[in-house]
Amino acid sequence: MSPPNRHRRQLLAAGTLLALVRPAAATPQQMAGAIAAYTSNRLPQSGRVTFEIARLIDNGNAVPVTIRVDSPLTKEDHVTGIAIFNERNPETDVATFTLGPRAGKAEVSTRIRLATSQKLVAVAKMSDGSCWQQAVDVIVTLAACIEGEAM
Amino acid sequence: MARALIHMPKTARQGEVIEIRALIAHPMESGYRPGADGKPVPQDVIRHFTCTYDGEQVFAARLHPAIAANPYIAFFTVATKTGTLEFSWTGDNGFAQAERMALTVSP
Repeated sequence: MSPPNRHRRQLLAAGTLLALVRPAAATPQQMAGAIAAYTSNRLPQSGRVTFEIARLIDNGNAVPVTIRVDSPLTKEDHVTGIAIFNERNPETDVATFTLGPRAGKAEVSTRIRLATSQKLVAVAKMSDGSCWQQAVDVIVTLAACIEGEAM
Repeated sequence: MARALIHMPKTARQGEVIEIRALIAHPMESGYRPGADGKPVPQDVIRHFTCTYDGEQVFAARLHPAIAANPYIAFFTVATKTGTLEFSWTGDNGFAQAERMALTVSP
């Protein structure tokens, strides 16, 4: 191989190594850990939780979400907490809400940030100790956290 | 003093479930966003939100940087008796704000 050719190959290799500098992202294992910490190591069952979020998100800077939990909301049987977790933002926690028998309706809405396309999980804790969840996969086109300008 | 907006009915029937929507002006600086100098802008977020109804907590939230700027939270509560609802937000750099709303409950 002639020296000029080798130099060209080295340049090409260096080009492929260039990577975008992004904030560190959480991992699915970290999300599982955060959920386990929230539910005190109880495995949440699927159901009773409705996680409303657009499946295709144009702008990750402000994503409206609504979480609804199926519960009679009496003194004996009510929702004590609702939490949202994500897989690939820099931090796995999004928000934790504390509810009680005086909630009247187990429904919470807010707006969240999403760094990239990922899986989100909404977990509900009941007064009897059981935990329920719904997982959602979303696609994000404009990511939060990466752009220099805030919304 | 940040600008806070609270939407809720002024009057309700006893036992009625009312929706409360609370919004507060705050940048919710995540700490992961590069500033003009290329370094991340220091984190500055609201950490806690609580709503008490006649002194008893009816709703609370723990917020993280993944909550969008100008945090908006909507929730429900049962109108039990005429009283005051107090909303408070606390966060980084000593951020603290409280708002009060009166609710008149008819039997």
